[in-house]
Amino acid sequence: MSTTIERSSQYKVIGKDVLRPDGVDKVTGRAVFADDVHLNGMLHAKVLRSPHAHAKIRSIDVSEALKMPGVRAVVTSEDFPPIPEGIVKEEGAAFFALASDKVLFRGHAVAAVAADSPHVADEALSKIKVEYEVLKAVLDPREAMEPGAPVLHEKLNPMSFGARLEQHSPNALQQITSMGDIEQGFREADVVVEREFTTKTVHQGYIEPQSCVVDTAPDGSVTIWSTCQGPFRHRDNTADLLQLPQNKVKVIPTEIGGGFGGKEVPYLEPMAAILSRKTGRPVKITMSRSDVFEGTGPACASYMRVKFGAKKTGELVAAHLYFCFEAGAFPGAPVGGAVGIGLGRYKIPNQLVEGFDVVVNKPRTQPYRAPGATQIHFATEGVVDELCEKIGMDPIEFRLKNVVQEGDRNVQGVPFLRIGGVEVLEAIKNSDHYKTPLEGPNRGRGVALGFWRNGGGMSSCSISVHPDGTVSIIEGSPDLSGTRTGIGMQAAETLGIPFEDVRITVVDTDSVGYTMGSWGSRTSFATGWAAIEAARDVNLKMVERASSIWSVPPEEVEVSDGTFYHRDDGSKKFTFKQLAARLNATGGPVVGSSVVDPTRGVGPAFAANVVDLEVDPETGKVTILRYTVAQDVGQALHPGMVEGQLEGGTVQGIGWALNEEYFFDNDGQMRNSSFLDYRMPVALDVPMIDTIIIEVPNPGHPYGVRGVGENNIITPPAAIAAAIHNAIGVRMTDLPMSPGYVLQALWQQNGH
Amino acid sequence: MIDFDYAVPTSLSEAVSLMGSNGGSARMLAGGTDLLIMMRAGRRLAKLVVDAKSVPELNELSLTDSGLNLGAATSCKRIWDDEPVVQAYPALNDSASIIGSVQIQGRASVGGNLCNAAPSADCTPTLIVHSGVCTIAGPNGTRQVPVEEFCTGPGTNVLQPGELLVNIKLPSAPTNSGAHYLRFTPRNEMDIAVAGSAAFVQLDESKQNFASARISLAAVAPTPLFAKAAGDLLVGKPVNEESIQQAAEAAKAVAKPITDMRGTVDQRIHLVGVLTARALRKAVERAREA
Amino acid sequence: MAKVIVNAVVNGEPVEFFCEPRQSLLEVIRDVLLLTGTKEGCNDGNCGACNVILDGVLVDSCCVLGVEAQGKTVETIEGLAGTDGDLHPLQRTFLDLTGLQCGICTPGFIVSAKALLESNPNPSEHEIRLGLSGNLCRCTGYDKIVLAVQEAGKMLTEAKR
Repeated sequence: MSTTIERSSQYKVIGKDVLRPDGVDKVTGRAVFADDVHLNGMLHAKVLRSPHAHAKIRSIDVSEALKMPGVRAVVTSEDFPPIPEGIVKEEGAAFFALASDKVLFRGHAVAAVAADSPHVADEALSKIKVEYEVLKAVLDPREAMEPGAPVLHEKLNPMSFGARLEQHSPNALQQITSMGDIEQGFREADVVVEREFTTKTVHQGYIEPQSCVVDTAPDGSVTIWSTCQGPFRHRDNTADLLQLPQNKVKVIPTEIGGGFGGKEVPYLEPMAAILSRKTGRPVKITMSRSDVFEGTGPACASYMRVKFGAKKTGELVAAHLYFCFEAGAFPGAPVGGAVGIGLGRYKIPNQLVEGFDVVVNKPRTQPYRAPGATQIHFATEGVVDELCEKIGMDPIEFRLKNVVQEGDRNVQGVPFLRIGGVEVLEAIKNSDHYKTPLEGPNRGRGVALGFWRNGGGMSSCSISVHPDGTVSIIEGSPDLSGTRTGIGMQAAETLGIPFEDVRITVVDTDSVGYTMGSWGSRTSFATGWAAIEAARDVNLKMVERASSIWSVPPEEVEVSDGTFYHRDDGSKKFTFKQLAARLNATGGPVVGSSVVDPTRGVGPAFAANVVDLEVDPETGKVTILRYTVAQDVGQALHPGMVEGQLEGGTVQGIGWALNEEYFFDNDGQMRNSSFLDYRMPVALDVPMIDTIIIEVPNPGHPYGVRGVGENNIITPPAAIAAAIHNAIGVRMTDLPMSPGYVLQALWQQNGH
Repeated sequence: MIDFDYAVPTSLSEAVSLMGSNGGSARMLAGGTDLLIMMRAGRRLAKLVVDAKSVPELNELSLTDSGLNLGAATSCKRIWDDEPVVQAYPALNDSASIIGSVQIQGRASVGGNLCNAAPSADCTPTLIVHSGVCTIAGPNGTRQVPVEEFCTGPGTNVLQPGELLVNIKLPSAPTNSGAHYLRFTPRNEMDIAVAGSAAFVQLDESKQNFASARISLAAVAPTPLFAKAAGDLLVGKPVNEESIQQAAEAAKAVAKPITDMRGTVDQRIHLVGVLTARALRKAVERAREA
Repeated sequence: MAKVIVNAVVNGEPVEFFCEPRQSLLEVIRDVLLLTGTKEGCNDGNCGACNVILDGVLVDSCCVLGVEAQGKTVETIEGLAGTDGDLHPLQRTFLDLTGLQCGICTPGFIVSAKALLESNPNPSEHEIRLGLSGNLCRCTGYDKIVLAVQEAGKMLTEAKR
């Protein structure tokens, strides 16, 4: 079900459920994903991974593996050129050159074998002899911060999500921000709630494993077909690690089978490039599912301590947020981002946020849809729910009282432009769901509010106009979920032509200008903006052409809605198609291009949830009965796809809330590295998700677009925890709220 | 996966002779939903894979007056597609329709579920409460083993090198009887039992008292567990919540679970009580409808 | 063991291929027959991305050996659309109702839903969710997939009338 409010109708293309251009290929099996690429003479490679969480590598002997029939080459870190200090610009990218002196987690890649078939490569892995000196591992971030804990790195890179952190201790970096005087603030509070929360490591759970085909030519140039979110980052990292100029590495992004932050970095491409160079043949590496769980970057686990103080009348007056993110084997947990948005949704005059990025001997983590925000919201919204209970205030009224609005300042002191916090809360308050009383034993209702900053950054685009008036758009943002549709729609709107006249293609790194990856809810916003600018460039050039055809000064020619006309002379008029037909004979084709970096126009956004659920008091199992999400999307480009984002993000959030976790044993081995035991929601685990699309146009974007992709995963764990409390009276402070944990909480409540 | 040979025998004797070859490193393949996954992960090895699906005796599914003859390679799907079998053995349908997913059930066999000998096997407790008997063929002829004695530990069973499971025979269900299997899983489908319980009950003519009962548990011991004492104590007892709770407590008393990624000892013992009570209630309901 | 010759009917066409016994049907379909619409998501029967219909039965092709296809019929996603390019009603409704995002699970879902609708042409929401529980989707949250299957069921039922 969907209710759309504040529907704008000023656009001809934007806001319509057009048919996605890649759709037919995807429903017929024609779409080419990385593992679907077959090249002549292609070899298959498999990766050997560390069986230890922390160990020195004494020696690696590959001779027996190389003797196996069908084995063509082996790569270890020794095959990579020495990397001069500072040359690898991305944090921790040296990781992708295989483990050299130490392995830092179970699953750390140590070597790879290329062979005639994947089966032979797999068998050959067992013939590689690695001698390890096992070191004491540290698996808990709080222990890792203690003096005397095993140390993973000689030094830590202080950059985290664009923020510079301070060294705290050998395994930890920190970032602290504050505003006002929290001690004074807590003294002014009538009610103070303080609690500790934890969340476990979770995986993005994309269905397509990491995969690439790499072909290294005799001149050393490298061509990569890869399922990746950011082809330019893949290119830069690979060029850095192989010491190649960037124009010698071409990344061709294939269709991508989900990413959610997990496919931002090149786990396989650099080693495949070396295997291809050694053999002179293309090499494919596709991860197994257990490789994906153990060898790629899940989302960080967390420990959080939250203290909030409020007046009896509901105003928040002080907040202290302390959190440790478990970065895994390398620093880079989303501390900077979480510090920025952790308390950002409420007006809190006195606040202190202390964030820690802590390395432990577990997989190196990666972003996952609104990185860091889900963890922080679980904790902080949990405390808010408790404050509402203590004060005796409706949870939506409490939030309406405190939510930031236009003109309020963010943590950096910058005033917000128009934002939709009030709108999403009002939408939930006025929803049929919230207005319908929930009845029955062991049932409960919870609400939560989520806030996400969204992203901007660099994107490029170019548009060629064809003689028949159709256009081709090329851009560099891998399409995870339909972004090329929304980008094409923005171009069509700007050109004033039907969407059907637009063909849009995601191209390789040689064919389009630098474009940041498809992450951070930036793609439809920033690459969409690039498409708008490229379309404006086309319009400008076509205006010039019309002026030259008509022999009038260009400033006398105007364009509106795909029609070019002389401002005074009604006889001088071209439709887009008419003018396109004249181009080749009147000076050549028109190609519009653009490069944008619209960081200033980024519009942060809110989502609010209400959930009804039932707890089975005998087993602790939670069943979601009804779920409504309201999200401010700025301007819905393609409402069907926007709904899909809200539904999909919510269900991921439900999975995180109820069942998903990495189950590590005491040796740091993940025991549930399969889809069977990792337990992502199946269709029968969830109800229909009701979506309310709120359109509070982003004043910073030509069409009011805000990021949509991430906000929806932030709130479900918090909303579900509140509903469980409402159902059975227990405060859940740890994720996942799995049946065993709920049962235990019930036992504690009953003095069991 | 390590390389292996593949054979498709068309008679039981041929299958037995193939299983006896290769120094006992042959493996039967029925649905393959466990075997192939384990071989791929290197947890099972085979030099020879013997496909069971062309041996008539291994694929029989016949319901007669004396009971059910369930060929070892019969898929779960064939069970839930067979209305008379579902009517006669609803608990078998309970088990066969929750293993994996529809696409797994199209291949996975009840016999394979038993031979795989996972403590969490969903079919085995049902076969136990129905007093199933295994027919085993080998180089020295055939022998019979009650299902409850078939599994010997996690992943191990009584089959000797060269032997294979031919079928499982379930006696016909007596009048006024009913059975049910259920398990607890965090997900609603596609999951492995944290704990499971099968109950078979026969009521007296008044349908107010238990005449006999059998209870069997999944995932709470090194093997699927026959909780004999829990069923026995119901004999002669009135059908009421008190009796059911006594049996559930007795089932809890024999459970010897471990803590692992799927559940803790305390949680599993607790679930045995909950599930056994629920299984008994449903079995009674079915017995009364019968 | 040396490769063996297997004869099967794939999407209505008789085919003959060589395969090693250890190669799964999924590998054969993708790497030997080059029908890459069938996807590998987990290789252990837990995601449904590799679903095909083998002799009328829906299977995870990663859990079947290629040699087991001997003498059998195999239907893959490539066999669903008509030869004139007409989409199957499920392909149509997945497209029209936005039943896909990244598209990697889509072929498996469509094949699985085809098997479901063949046995139950007019399934309820619950029956669809139950029937498709062997197929994982991480993008959509399943809403639009369920609606697409329901709609395709209606289309197929009406077409039969």
